Amino acid sequence: MKYSATTLLSQALRGQRKWPAIIAPAQLKQHYDAIIVGAGGHGLASAHYLAENHGMSDVLVLDSGWIGGGNTARNTTIVRSDYLLQPSFALKNFALKLWAQLSQELNFNLMYSPRGYIDLAHSDGELEHFMLRANAMHLAGADVSILNRNEIAEREPAIDLDPQARFPVSGALFQPEGGVVRHDAVAWGFARSASAKGIHIQQNCAVTGLTIKANRVTGVSTPLGEFATEKLLICAAGATAPLAELAGIRLPMQMINVQAFVTEPVKPILDCVVNYNAGLSYISQSDKGELVLGGATDGYLSRARRGSFARIEDTLARALQMFPWLSQLRMLRHWSGSADIPMDGNAIVGATAVNGLFVNCGWGYAGFKATPAVGWHLAELLASGTVPETLRPFALERFAEGALIDDAGIGPYPWRH
Amino acid sequence: MPASALIPGAIDMLLIPCPNCGPRDESEFDYGGPAIALPALEALTSDWHQALHLSSTTDQRVDEHWYHGAGCECWIRIRRDLVTHEINDAATGGDEVDA
Repeated sequence: MKYSATTLLSQALRGQRKWPAIIAPAQLKQHYDAIIVGAGGHGLASAHYLAENHGMSDVLVLDSGWIGGGNTARNTTIVRSDYLLQPSFALKNFALKLWAQLSQELNFNLMYSPRGYIDLAHSDGELEHFMLRANAMHLAGADVSILNRNEIAEREPAIDLDPQARFPVSGALFQPEGGVVRHDAVAWGFARSASAKGIHIQQNCAVTGLTIKANRVTGVSTPLGEFATEKLLICAAGATAPLAELAGIRLPMQMINVQAFVTEPVKPILDCVVNYNAGLSYISQSDKGELVLGGATDGYLSRARRGSFARIEDTLARALQMFPWLSQLRMLRHWSGSADIPMDGNAIVGATAVNGLFVNCGWGYAGFKATPAVGWHLAELLASGTVPETLRPFALERFAEGALIDDAGIGPYPWRH
Repeated sequence: MPASALIPGAIDMLLIPCPNCGPRDESEFDYGGPAIALPALEALTSDWHQALHLSSTTDQRVDEHWYHGAGCECWIRIRRDLVTHEINDAATGGDEVDA
Protein backbone atom coordinates (compact mmCIF):
# COMPACT_ATOMS: atom_id res chain seq x y z
CA MET A 1 0.00 0.00 0.00
CA LYS A 2 1.33 3.40 -0.97
CA TYR A 3 1.08 5.90 1.87
CA SER A 4 -0.49 9.21 0.83
CA ALA A 5 -3.01 11.81 1.96
CA THR A 6 -5.71 9.80 0.17
CA THR A 7 -4.72 6.60 2.01
CA LEU A 8 -4.71 8.45 5.30
CA LEU A 9 -8.20 9.83 4.65
CA SER A 10 -9.66 6.52 3.46
CA GLN A 11 -8.18 4.66 6.44
CA ALA A 12 -9.52 7.33 8.80
CA LEU A 13 -13.01 6.81 7.35
CA ARG A 14 -12.66 3.09 8.12
CA GLY A 15 -11.78 3.84 11.73
CA GLN A 16 -8.03 3.10 11.26
CA ARG A 17 -8.81 -0.64 11.44
CA LYS A 18 -7.84 -1.70 7.92
CA TRP A 19 -4.16 -0.74 7.81
CA PRO A 20 -2.11 -3.64 6.43
CA ALA A 21 0.88 -4.87 8.45
CA ILE A 22 4.06 -2.94 7.62
CA ILE A 23 5.94 -6.12 6.78
CA ALA A 24 4.35 -9.19 5.26
CA PRO A 25 4.73 -12.49 7.18
CA ALA A 26 7.18 -14.63 5.21
CA GLN A 27 6.77 -18.25 4.08
CA LEU A 28 10.40 -19.18 4.64
CA LYS A 29 12.22 -21.14 1.95
CA GLN A 30 15.15 -23.55 2.22
CA HIS A 31 17.51 -21.58 -0.01
CA TYR A 32 18.18 -17.87 -0.59
CA ASP A 33 20.55 -16.00 -2.91
CA ALA A 34 21.72 -14.04 0.14
CA ILE A 35 21.09 -14.10 3.89
CA ILE A 36 21.58 -11.08 6.13
CA VAL A 37 21.94 -11.67 9.87
CA GLY A 38 20.69 -8.64 11.79
CA ALA A 39 17.54 -6.63 11.01
CA GLY A 40 18.89 -3.33 12.27
CA GLY A 41 19.22 -0.21 10.13
CA HIS A 42 22.33 -1.46 8.32
CA GLY A 43 20.96 -4.95 7.60
CA LEU A 44 17.58 -3.68 6.41
CA ALA A 45 19.14 -0.89 4.32
CA SER A 46 21.35 -3.53 2.67
CA ALA A 47 18.24 -5.60 1.92
CA HIS A 48 16.40 -2.59 0.49
CA TYR A 49 19.27 -1.60 -1.82
CA LEU A 50 19.85 -5.22 -2.90
CA ALA A 51 16.34 -5.17 -4.35
CA GLU A 52 16.28 -1.51 -5.41
CA ASN A 53 19.72 -1.19 -7.03
CA HIS A 54 20.57 -4.76 -8.02
CA GLY A 55 17.23 -6.50 -8.54
CA MET A 56 18.08 -9.13 -5.91
CA SER A 57 15.00 -9.97 -3.86
CA ASP A 58 15.64 -13.65 -3.06
CA VAL A 59 17.02 -12.52 0.29
CA LEU A 60 16.32 -13.49 3.92
CA VAL A 61 16.92 -11.10 6.82
CA LEU A 62 17.13 -12.80 10.24
CA ASP A 63 17.11 -11.18 13.65
CA SER A 64 17.33 -12.67 17.13
CA GLY A 65 15.15 -9.84 18.45
CA TRP A 66 12.71 -7.51 16.76
CA ILE A 67 12.89 -4.61 14.31
CA GLY A 68 13.85 -1.42 16.10
CA GLY A 69 14.85 -3.32 19.24
CA GLY A 70 18.61 -2.88 19.01
CA ASN A 71 21.08 -0.05 18.63
CA THR A 72 19.18 1.41 15.64
CA ALA A 73 16.55 2.70 18.06
CA ARG A 74 18.91 3.45 20.96
CA ASN A 75 20.99 6.21 19.39
CA THR A 76 20.28 9.94 19.61
CA THR A 77 19.14 10.21 15.93
CA ILE A 78 21.89 12.63 14.87
CA VAL A 79 23.23 12.64 11.30
CA ARG A 80 26.35 14.59 10.26
CA SER A 81 29.61 14.04 8.39
CA ASP A 82 32.21 16.17 10.19
CA TYR A 83 35.07 13.67 10.09
CA LEU A 84 38.71 14.46 9.48
CA LEU A 85 39.83 11.31 7.70
CA GLN A 86 38.66 10.78 4.14
CA PRO A 87 37.28 7.21 4.50
CA SER A 88 35.04 8.21 7.43
CA PHE A 89 33.98 11.47 5.81
CA ALA A 90 33.21 9.96 2.40
CA LEU A 91 30.86 7.31 3.74
CA LYS A 92 28.98 9.59 6.14
CA ASN A 93 28.72 12.43 3.65
CA PHE A 94 27.28 10.08 1.02
CA ALA A 95 24.77 9.04 3.69
CA LEU A 96 23.77 12.70 4.19
CA LYS A 97 22.93 12.94 0.47
CA LEU A 98 20.86 9.75 0.71
CA TRP A 99 19.02 10.83 3.89
CA ALA A 100 17.74 13.88 2.01
CA GLN A 101 15.77 11.73 -0.48
CA LEU A 102 14.94 8.68 1.61
CA SER A 103 11.49 9.65 2.92
CA GLN A 104 10.29 10.04 -0.68
CA GLU A 105 12.12 6.96 -1.92
CA LEU A 106 10.80 4.71 0.86
CA ASN A 107 7.36 6.36 0.91
CA PHE A 108 7.79 6.48 4.68
CA ASN A 109 8.14 9.62 6.79
CA LEU A 110 11.60 9.41 8.37
CA MET A 111 11.09 12.87 9.92
CA TYR A 112 14.39 13.92 8.36
CA SER A 113 15.28 17.35 9.68
CA PRO A 114 18.54 18.99 8.46
CA ARG A 115 18.44 21.56 11.22
CA GLY A 116 22.20 22.16 11.41
CA TYR A 117 24.93 20.77 13.62
CA ILE A 118 27.04 22.95 15.94
CA ASP A 119 30.17 21.43 17.49
CA LEU A 120 31.44 23.69 20.29
CA ALA A 121 35.13 24.26 21.04
CA HIS A 122 36.28 25.46 24.45
CA SER A 123 39.92 26.32 23.81
CA ASP A 124 42.06 27.81 21.06
CA GLY A 125 43.78 24.47 20.47
CA GLU A 126 40.46 22.73 20.03
CA LEU A 127 39.25 25.44 17.65
CA GLU A 128 42.42 25.03 15.58
CA HIS A 129 41.69 21.34 15.30
CA PHE A 130 38.14 22.20 14.19
CA MET A 131 39.66 24.38 11.43
CA LEU A 132 41.82 21.46 10.31
CA ARG A 133 38.74 19.24 10.18
CA ALA A 134 36.63 21.91 8.44
CA ASN A 135 39.35 22.49 5.83
CA ALA A 136 39.59 18.76 5.12
CA MET A 137 35.80 18.59 4.74
CA HIS A 138 35.74 21.73 2.59
CA LEU A 139 38.36 20.26 0.24
CA ALA A 140 36.22 17.13 -0.04
CA GLY A 141 33.24 19.25 -1.08
CA ALA A 142 31.23 19.64 2.15
CA ASP A 143 29.31 22.73 3.22
CA VAL A 144 30.97 23.57 6.54
CA SER A 145 32.06 26.71 8.36
CA ILE A 146 33.74 27.91 11.55
CA LEU A 147 31.59 30.21 13.71
CA ASN A 148 32.88 32.80 16.17
CA ARG A 149 30.97 33.60 19.38
CA ASN A 150 28.78 36.28 17.78
CA GLU A 151 27.82 33.96 14.95
CA ILE A 152 26.99 31.18 17.40
CA ALA A 153 24.79 33.59 19.40
CA GLU A 154 22.97 34.57 16.21
CA ARG A 155 22.41 30.97 15.09
CA GLU A 156 21.55 29.47 18.49
CA PRO A 157 20.76 32.02 21.22
CA ALA A 158 20.00 29.27 23.75
CA ILE A 159 23.71 28.45 24.21
CA ASP A 160 25.41 30.06 27.20
CA LEU A 161 28.28 32.14 25.73
CA ASP A 162 29.27 33.99 28.89
CA PRO A 163 32.99 34.86 28.50
CA GLN A 164 33.32 34.59 32.30
CA ALA A 165 32.18 30.94 32.30
CA ARG A 166 34.52 28.32 33.77
CA PHE A 167 35.17 27.01 30.23
CA PRO A 168 34.11 29.78 27.81
CA VAL A 169 33.15 28.79 24.27
CA SER A 170 35.92 29.70 21.83
CA GLY A 171 34.10 28.94 18.58
CA ALA A 172 32.29 26.19 16.74
CA LEU A 173 32.27 24.02 13.67
CA PHE A 174 28.95 24.34 11.85
CA GLN A 175 27.57 21.85 9.34
CA PRO A 176 24.20 23.13 8.03
CA GLU A 177 23.34 19.76 6.43
CA GLY A 178 23.61 17.95 9.77
CA GLY A 179 20.46 17.20 11.71
CA VAL A 180 18.26 14.41 12.98
CA VAL A 181 16.34 11.50 11.47
CA ARG A 182 13.72 9.53 13.38
CA HIS A 183 15.66 6.32 14.08
CA ASP A 184 12.97 3.64 14.43
CA ALA A 185 11.21 5.04 11.35
CA VAL A 186 14.46 4.31 9.49
CA ALA A 187 14.35 0.65 10.57
CA TRP A 188 10.65 0.31 9.70
CA GLY A 189 10.94 2.30 6.46
CA PHE A 190 13.69 0.06 5.11
CA ALA A 191 11.91 -3.07 6.40
CA ARG A 192 8.66 -2.10 4.69
CA SER A 193 10.39 -1.35 1.41
CA ALA A 194 12.40 -4.59 1.47
CA SER A 195 9.33 -6.62 2.37
CA ALA A 196 7.27 -5.00 -0.41
CA LYS A 197 9.99 -6.01 -2.88
CA GLY A 198 9.66 -9.65 -1.82
CA ILE A 199 12.50 -9.92 0.70
CA HIS A 200 11.75 -12.16 3.68
CA ILE A 201 12.25 -10.73 7.16
CA GLN A 202 12.15 -13.12 10.10
CA GLN A 203 12.22 -11.66 13.61
CA ASN A 204 12.85 -13.59 16.86
CA CYS A 205 15.03 -16.10 15.06
CA ALA A 206 18.64 -16.27 16.27
CA VAL A 207 21.37 -17.78 14.14
CA THR A 208 22.92 -20.60 16.16
CA GLY A 209 25.40 -21.99 13.67
CA LEU A 210 27.13 -21.34 10.37
CA THR A 211 27.68 -24.09 7.82
CA ILE A 212 31.00 -23.82 6.05
CA LYS A 213 32.32 -26.36 3.55
CA ALA A 214 35.77 -26.15 1.97
CA ASN A 215 36.18 -22.58 3.26
CA ARG A 216 32.91 -21.51 1.63
CA VAL A 217 29.66 -20.47 3.31
CA THR A 218 26.78 -22.82 2.57
CA GLY A 219 24.13 -21.81 5.09
CA VAL A 220 23.01 -21.01 8.63
CA SER A 221 21.17 -22.98 11.30
CA THR A 222 18.43 -21.46 13.44
CA PRO A 223 15.68 -22.74 15.76
CA LEU A 224 13.39 -22.52 12.70
CA GLY A 225 15.63 -24.83 10.71
CA GLU A 226 18.52 -24.61 8.27
CA PHE A 227 18.70 -22.07 5.47
CA ALA A 228 21.12 -22.51 2.61
CA THR A 229 22.92 -19.65 0.88
CA GLU A 230 26.20 -18.84 -0.83
CA LYS A 231 26.30 -15.23 0.39
CA LEU A 232 26.07 -14.44 4.08
CA LEU A 233 26.31 -10.95 5.53
CA ILE A 234 26.64 -10.64 9.31
CA CYS A 235 25.34 -7.23 10.30
CA ALA A 236 24.63 -7.90 13.95
CA ALA A 237 26.59 -5.22 15.88
CA GLY A 238 27.85 -6.78 19.13
CA ALA A 239 26.74 -10.28 18.11
CA THR A 240 28.89 -10.16 14.96
CA ALA A 241 32.14 -11.09 16.71
CA PRO A 242 30.75 -14.26 18.40
CA LEU A 243 29.10 -15.27 15.08
CA ALA A 244 32.36 -14.72 13.20
CA GLU A 245 34.10 -16.92 15.80
CA LEU A 246 31.84 -19.75 14.60
CA ALA A 247 33.58 -19.37 11.24
CA GLY A 248 36.99 -19.27 12.92
CA ILE A 249 37.42 -15.54 12.43
CA ARG A 250 38.59 -13.44 15.37
CA LEU A 251 37.51 -9.79 15.15
CA PRO A 252 39.57 -7.09 16.93
CA MET A 253 36.51 -5.83 18.78
CA GLN A 254 35.52 -4.79 22.29
CA MET A 255 32.11 -4.04 23.82
CA ILE A 256 31.60 -0.75 25.62
CA ASN A 257 28.52 0.81 27.17
CA VAL A 258 26.99 4.03 25.80
CA GLN A 259 24.17 5.96 27.47
CA ALA A 260 21.46 8.37 26.36
CA PHE A 261 18.83 10.47 28.12
CA VAL A 262 15.53 12.22 27.46
CA THR A 263 14.06 15.09 29.48
CA GLU A 264 10.41 15.93 29.98
CA PRO A 265 8.90 17.70 26.94
CA VAL A 266 8.98 21.50 26.80
CA LYS A 267 8.15 24.23 24.27
CA PRO A 268 10.60 24.59 21.35
CA ILE A 269 13.88 26.09 22.59
CA LEU A 270 16.63 24.41 20.57
CA ASP A 271 16.41 24.30 16.77
CA CYS A 272 19.71 22.61 15.93
CA VAL A 273 21.97 19.82 17.17
CA VAL A 274 24.68 20.99 19.58
CA ASN A 275 27.69 19.05 20.81
CA TYR A 276 30.22 19.75 23.56
CA ASN A 277 33.28 18.37 21.79
CA ALA A 278 35.67 18.07 24.74
CA GLY A 279 34.42 14.92 26.44
CA LEU A 280 31.16 14.80 24.49
CA SER A 281 27.64 15.82 25.39
CA TYR A 282 25.31 16.08 22.41
CA ILE A 283 21.80 17.41 22.51
CA SER A 284 18.81 18.07 20.27
CA GLN A 285 15.09 18.65 20.78
CA SER A 286 12.59 16.11 19.50
CA ASP A 287 9.34 17.05 17.77
CA LYS A 288 7.52 16.11 20.98
CA GLY A 289 9.63 18.71 22.81
CA GLU A 290 11.85 16.36 24.79
CA LEU A 291 15.53 17.18 24.90
CA VAL A 292 17.54 14.14 23.78
CA LEU A 293 21.06 13.86 25.17
CA GLY A 294 23.96 11.49 24.80
CA GLY A 295 27.55 11.34 25.99
CA ALA A 296 30.82 9.53 25.50
CA THR A 297 31.17 5.81 26.15
CA ASP A 298 31.44 4.71 29.78
CA GLY A 299 35.17 4.52 29.15
CA TYR A 300 35.83 0.92 30.07
CA LEU A 301 34.94 -2.48 28.65
CA SER A 302 31.42 -3.64 29.53
CA ARG A 303 28.83 -6.05 28.23
CA ALA A 304 26.43 -5.22 31.05
CA ARG A 305 24.08 -2.84 29.14
CA ARG A 306 23.84 -0.87 32.38
CA GLY A 307 25.26 2.61 32.47
CA SER A 308 27.72 3.98 34.99
CA PHE A 309 26.62 6.88 37.21
CA ALA A 310 29.94 8.61 36.65
CA ARG A 311 29.14 9.07 32.95
CA ILE A 312 25.62 10.35 33.64
CA GLU A 313 27.01 13.05 35.89
CA ASP A 314 29.74 13.89 33.41
CA THR A 315 27.43 14.15 30.37
CA LEU A 316 24.88 16.27 32.21
CA ALA A 317 27.56 18.55 33.69
CA ARG A 318 28.69 19.40 30.16
CA ALA A 319 25.10 19.86 28.99
CA LEU A 320 24.48 22.28 31.88
CA GLN A 321 27.53 24.32 30.88
CA MET A 322 26.00 24.80 27.42
CA PHE A 323 22.41 25.27 28.62
CA PRO A 324 22.18 26.24 32.33
CA TRP A 325 18.35 26.29 32.06
CA LEU A 326 18.45 22.51 31.61
CA SER A 327 18.79 22.21 35.40
CA GLN A 328 15.07 23.04 35.64
CA LEU A 329 14.10 19.92 33.67
CA ARG A 330 13.56 16.40 34.94
CA MET A 331 14.96 13.36 33.17
CA LEU A 332 12.14 11.29 31.79
CA ARG A 333 14.05 8.28 30.51
CA HIS A 334 17.58 6.97 30.47
CA TRP A 335 18.89 3.97 28.62
CA SER A 336 22.11 2.38 27.50
CA GLY A 337 23.30 -0.05 24.89
CA SER A 338 26.35 -2.09 24.08
CA ALA A 339 28.48 -0.51 21.39
CA ASP A 340 30.88 -2.75 19.50
CA ILE A 341 34.06 -0.77 18.97
CA PRO A 342 37.12 -2.10 17.12
CA MET A 343 40.65 -1.34 18.28
CA ASP A 344 40.98 1.80 16.09
CA GLY A 345 37.44 3.02 16.80
CA ASN A 346 36.29 2.56 13.21
CA ALA A 347 33.98 0.01 11.62
CA ILE A 348 34.92 -3.31 10.07
CA VAL A 349 33.15 -3.77 6.75
CA GLY A 350 33.83 -6.13 3.88
CA ALA A 351 34.83 -9.64 2.92
CA THR A 352 36.48 -12.21 5.19
CA ALA A 353 38.87 -15.12 4.70
CA VAL A 354 35.84 -17.42 4.30
CA ASN A 355 34.38 -17.28 0.78
CA GLY A 356 30.90 -15.80 0.70
CA LEU A 357 31.07 -14.54 4.30
CA PHE A 358 30.88 -10.76 4.72
CA VAL A 359 30.82 -8.71 7.91
CA ASN A 360 29.61 -5.24 8.82
CA CYS A 361 30.18 -4.32 12.45
CA GLY A 362 32.13 -2.20 14.88
CA TRP A 363 30.19 0.99 14.27
CA GLY A 364 30.38 1.77 17.97
CA TYR A 365 28.21 4.77 18.61
CA ALA A 366 28.72 6.27 15.14
CA GLY A 367 26.76 3.88 12.94
CA PHE A 368 23.31 5.40 12.67
CA LYS A 369 24.32 8.39 10.56
CA ALA A 370 26.01 6.10 8.02
CA THR A 371 23.04 3.72 7.66
CA PRO A 372 21.89 4.33 4.04
CA ALA A 373 25.43 4.65 2.65
CA VAL A 374 26.54 1.42 4.33
CA GLY A 375 23.44 -0.38 3.04
CA TRP A 376 24.02 1.00 -0.46
CA HIS A 377 27.63 -0.23 -0.61
CA LEU A 378 26.99 -3.55 1.16
CA ALA A 379 24.29 -4.32 -1.41
CA GLU A 380 26.87 -3.64 -4.13
CA LEU A 381 29.34 -5.92 -2.33
CA LEU A 382 26.82 -8.75 -1.97
CA ALA A 383 25.55 -8.43 -5.55
CA SER A 384 28.92 -8.14 -7.28
CA GLY A 385 31.23 -9.95 -4.84
CA THR A 386 33.83 -7.18 -5.12
CA VAL A 387 34.47 -4.63 -2.39
CA PRO A 388 33.40 -1.09 -3.44
CA GLU A 389 36.16 1.55 -3.31
CA THR A 390 34.46 3.44 -0.45
CA LEU A 391 34.43 0.35 1.78
CA ARG A 392 37.97 -0.79 1.00
CA PRO A 393 39.64 1.17 3.85
CA PHE A 394 37.31 -0.52 6.37
CA ALA A 395 38.59 -4.02 5.59
CA LEU A 396 39.41 -6.38 8.45
CA GLU A 397 42.94 -6.82 7.07
CA ARG A 398 43.86 -3.27 8.03
CA PHE A 399 44.63 -4.36 11.59
CA ALA A 400 47.19 -6.94 10.51
CA GLU A 401 48.66 -4.51 7.97
CA GLY A 402 48.75 -1.52 10.34
CA ALA A 403 46.63 0.64 8.00
CA LEU A 404 44.28 1.76 10.80
CA ILE A 405 41.58 4.44 10.41
CA ASP A 406 42.11 6.22 13.70
CA ASP A 407 39.96 9.38 13.40
CA ALA A 408 40.78 10.52 16.92
CA GLY A 409 44.49 9.56 16.78
CA ILE A 410 44.19 7.54 19.97
CA GLY A 411 45.67 4.11 19.21
CA PRO A 412 44.50 0.59 20.02
CA TYR A 413 42.29 1.64 22.96
CA PRO A 414 38.63 1.24 21.91
CA TRP A 415 37.30 2.56 25.23
CA ARG A 416 38.88 5.97 24.51
CA HIS A 417 37.23 6.41 21.12
CA MET B 1 36.61 -9.04 47.95
CA PRO B 2 33.93 -8.54 45.29
CA ALA B 3 32.22 -5.15 45.41
CA SER B 4 28.79 -6.78 45.56
CA ALA B 5 29.70 -8.33 48.94
CA LEU B 6 30.29 -4.89 50.43
CA ILE B 7 27.17 -3.06 49.29
CA PRO B 8 24.05 -4.83 47.94
CA GLY B 9 23.40 -3.75 44.36
CA ALA B 10 26.88 -2.26 44.03
CA ILE B 11 27.37 -3.99 40.70
CA ASP B 12 25.12 -1.34 39.10
CA MET B 13 28.27 0.71 38.96
CA LEU B 14 31.83 -0.07 39.80
CA LEU B 15 33.03 -0.02 43.35
CA ILE B 16 36.68 -0.87 42.92
CA PRO B 17 38.46 -2.55 45.85
CA CYS B 18 41.77 -0.69 45.81
CA PRO B 19 44.37 -2.80 47.66
CA ASN B 20 45.80 0.39 49.17
CA CYS B 21 42.66 2.44 49.93
CA GLY B 22 39.77 -0.04 50.19
CA PRO B 23 36.55 0.03 48.12
CA ARG B 24 36.32 3.30 46.18
CA ASP B 25 34.02 4.75 43.53
CA GLU B 26 34.96 4.20 39.88
CA SER B 27 34.99 7.96 39.29
CA GLU B 28 38.24 8.10 41.32
CA PHE B 29 39.98 5.88 38.78
CA ASP B 30 41.24 6.05 35.20
CA TYR B 31 40.90 2.97 33.06
CA GLY B 32 44.09 1.40 31.76
CA GLY B 33 42.58 -1.43 29.76
CA PRO B 34 43.21 -5.17 29.74
CA ALA B 35 46.54 -6.29 31.20
CA ILE B 36 47.92 -7.84 28.06
CA ALA B 37 51.42 -9.22 27.71
CA LEU B 38 53.23 -7.19 25.07
CA PRO B 39 55.81 -8.83 22.80
CA ALA B 40 59.41 -7.64 22.54
CA LEU B 41 59.91 -4.46 20.52
CA GLU B 42 61.72 -6.34 17.77
CA ALA B 43 59.01 -9.03 17.57
CA LEU B 44 57.17 -9.66 14.30
CA THR B 45 54.30 -7.38 13.27
CA SER B 46 52.02 -10.41 13.44
CA ASP B 47 52.92 -10.91 17.12
CA TRP B 48 52.07 -7.28 17.87
CA HIS B 49 48.81 -7.63 15.92
CA GLN B 50 47.94 -10.66 18.02
CA ALA B 51 48.74 -8.93 21.30
CA LEU B 52 47.25 -5.49 20.62
CA HIS B 53 44.19 -6.40 18.59
CA LEU B 54 43.15 -9.97 19.22
CA SER B 55 44.30 -11.18 22.63
CA SER B 56 41.62 -9.68 24.91
CA THR B 57 38.49 -9.71 22.79
CA THR B 58 36.52 -12.79 23.79
CA ASP B 59 37.01 -13.30 27.53
CA GLN B 60 34.20 -12.47 29.89
CA ARG B 61 36.58 -12.14 32.84
CA VAL B 62 39.46 -9.81 32.10
CA ASP B 63 42.58 -8.84 34.04
CA GLU B 64 42.90 -5.11 33.74
CA HIS B 65 44.72 -2.04 35.01
CA TRP B 66 43.11 0.94 36.72
CA TYR B 67 44.90 4.06 37.94
CA HIS B 68 43.69 5.40 41.29
CA GLY B 69 44.32 9.06 40.51
CA ALA B 70 42.05 10.47 43.23
CA GLY B 71 43.43 8.08 45.86
CA CYS B 72 46.79 6.41 46.29
CA GLU B 73 47.95 7.45 42.79
CA CYS B 74 48.95 3.85 42.09
CA TRP B 75 48.20 1.53 39.20
CA ILE B 76 46.27 -1.47 40.43
CA ARG B 77 45.33 -4.70 38.74
CA ILE B 78 41.89 -6.29 39.07
CA ARG B 79 40.06 -9.23 37.58
CA ARG B 80 36.62 -8.04 36.45
CA ASP B 81 33.59 -9.76 34.96
CA LEU B 82 32.48 -7.67 31.96
CA VAL B 83 28.82 -8.71 32.32
CA THR B 84 28.25 -8.53 36.10
CA HIS B 85 31.11 -6.10 36.96
CA GLU B 86 32.07 -8.45 39.78
CA ILE B 87 35.66 -7.82 40.77
CA ASN B 88 38.07 -10.43 42.12
CA ASP B 89 41.75 -10.52 42.89
CA ALA B 90 42.61 -6.85 43.26
CA ALA B 91 46.36 -6.37 43.51
CA THR B 92 48.86 -3.59 43.24
CA GLY B 93 50.24 -3.23 39.75
CA GLY B 94 53.84 -3.63 40.82
CA ASP B 95 56.48 -3.36 38.13
CA GLU B 96 54.36 -4.59 35.28
CA VAL B 97 52.77 -1.21 34.55
CA ASP B 98 54.89 1.13 32.51
CA ALA B 99 53.02 4.36 33.14
